[in-house]
Amino acid sequence: MTLASLKHLSAHYATGADRFHALDDVAVDVQAGQILGVVGESGCGKSTMASVLSLNPGPSLRVTSGTLAIDGTDVDLTDPASHRPLRGGTVALLPQGALNALNPTRRVGAMAHDILAVGDKRITRAESLRRTAARLEALELPPRVLRAYPHQLSGGMRQRVVTALATLRNPRLLVADEPSSALDVSSQRLLVDLLRRLVSDGLVEGIVFITHDVALLSELADRIAVMYAGRVVEEAPAKDLVAAPRHPYARALLASVLVPEAGTRGRRLSGIPGAPPDLRVPIPGCPFAPRCGHAVDRCADQRPPRLVIGDRDDSCWRSAEFEEAANVG
Amino acid sequence: MSVDDNASELLRTEGLAKVFGRGKDEVRAVDGVDLTLARGEATALVGQSGSGKSTLGRLLLRLMDPTAGRVLFDGRDVTTVRGAARRDYWREVQAVFQDPFAAFHQYRRVEATLATALQLMPAATREAGRETMGEALTAVGLDPVETLAKRPHELSGGQRQRVMLARALMLRPRLLIADEATSMLDASVRVTVLNLLADLRDERGMTVLFVTHDLGQAYYLADRIAVMHRGRIVESGPAEQIVGEPAHAYTRSLLADVPKLHRSA
Repeated sequence: MTLASLKHLSAHYATGADRFHALDDVAVDVQAGQILGVVGESGCGKSTMASVLSLNPGPSLRVTSGTLAIDGTDVDLTDPASHRPLRGGTVALLPQGALNALNPTRRVGAMAHDILAVGDKRITRAESLRRTAARLEALELPPRVLRAYPHQLSGGMRQRVVTALATLRNPRLLVADEPSSALDVSSQRLLVDLLRRLVSDGLVEGIVFITHDVALLSELADRIAVMYAGRVVEEAPAKDLVAAPRHPYARALLASVLVPEAGTRGRRLSGIPGAPPDLRVPIPGCPFAPRCGHAVDRCADQRPPRLVIGDRDDSCWRSAEFEEAANVG
Repeated sequence: MSVDDNASELLRTEGLAKVFGRGKDEVRAVDGVDLTLARGEATALVGQSGSGKSTLGRLLLRLMDPTAGRVLFDGRDVTTVRGAARRDYWREVQAVFQDPFAAFHQYRRVEATLATALQLMPAATREAGRETMGEALTAVGLDPVETLAKRPHELSGGQRQRVMLARALMLRPRLLIADEATSMLDASVRVTVLNLLADLRDERGMTVLFVTHDLGQAYYLADRIAVMHRGRIVESGPAEQIVGEPAHAYTRSLLADVPKLHRSA
């Protein structure tokens, strides 16, 4: 069952005379009980998408089109006032940087009460603390954390506190924007286990996890969407995407991943030559064409359609050809 | 120690230690480290945040004084060199750090940033400065004429880190210390910078100390891996052995926590 469906999302940042086209007709679905991973490199639009999807767009972002269907309602993303009631309760954001997300001068319990009071103005302090303590316990944090200030907690504990606060109002969809990027691998592992548990315990119904780390997603996500230059270029079940990426950018990205798997040393990887396109200039064709070894003439000036095959899709003019070659070979 | 060992090692530390604070606030950031860097090899120093790996790097660079122990470079004791002797040492040992943006003059052209390296060169060779800059930029795959005229914000992250490598290479150092030098780069760009480090090792015989938290990068680039935990080197050996047959419990848990691309079924 589809929990949330994002369609036709286009948005740009207006800076002086320039328009920076951060998102260009993006669509993704999040299934109930699943984690959708969104992966891409700097400037691909993944954090902008997280801000729109979590109903927290920045003040300089102009959403020109897009709808989010969630919980039986269609939200018009171009009208920020209309989606205010859903923020925090239906959709919540788990932000990047656990320390910066907490108020250094307030105790955890006080911050939790503020959050709960947004949804229920008459909630008592005692009730807030009771519910928060229960959530902290689910994340293996002792009740004393309620009285602690952020600086009194370790990095891993802060990350769990931020997670507890973000999910306090039992949002149906949690949007996690690079929550693990500043953590070391051991804390990262804990966070990944925690997010999986939030879904399996039904505390949240679905998660969109945004990251630059595709190896992490291969362990965390049910499905993976690959973004490049403001577009989703491929989306597939995680294991299929990792085993056999189709879009040339997805292939190049996967081929650049360095993991310590014994016996793989000594091969030389090539990376991706060139740089991502300038998003101030509208791109009529495929944004990856200038760096793509498979590009043909029409890639430069005609937008490749989204080709759906089974439970995966990608947007490449040559994907049918690649698919055929793969089946023959 | 045999004569052969002496010939093959470029740098060696003996019981190197750095203690910050005192009394109950004492932190033993580097706690008795014996590390050997073989000539012409890339050694990765792997550790999590707070393991002491960057402090060790700074001790080797003579950016701070150790609390105890010795650093031997090419057989010479450089533990406490200062003044002119330290500047001589910096001709042979150069470094590239994590944030290439922080290392630039923000408002000046790349040429001005590279020119600072010339001050470490013997006066006789400074004349050839511009030529040296050009050679170094070419070596890292950048166009010299175009790049020298650019300002830092006009360069991509990968290009900025290449310029920093070029700056280090101008002095033709024998040891390059790269402290999280590729951590802020995108995966597809990171590979090209790591390849460049591998080429410098293979073609110029440069010795590389690659300080990182990322075992994947360490395994790709390094001949040897030293794993650091709480100020100590808990295990070191050939890269394939550390990843394939880790002996220390900490190395095993670290490897278990690193996300893998191919889940074993």
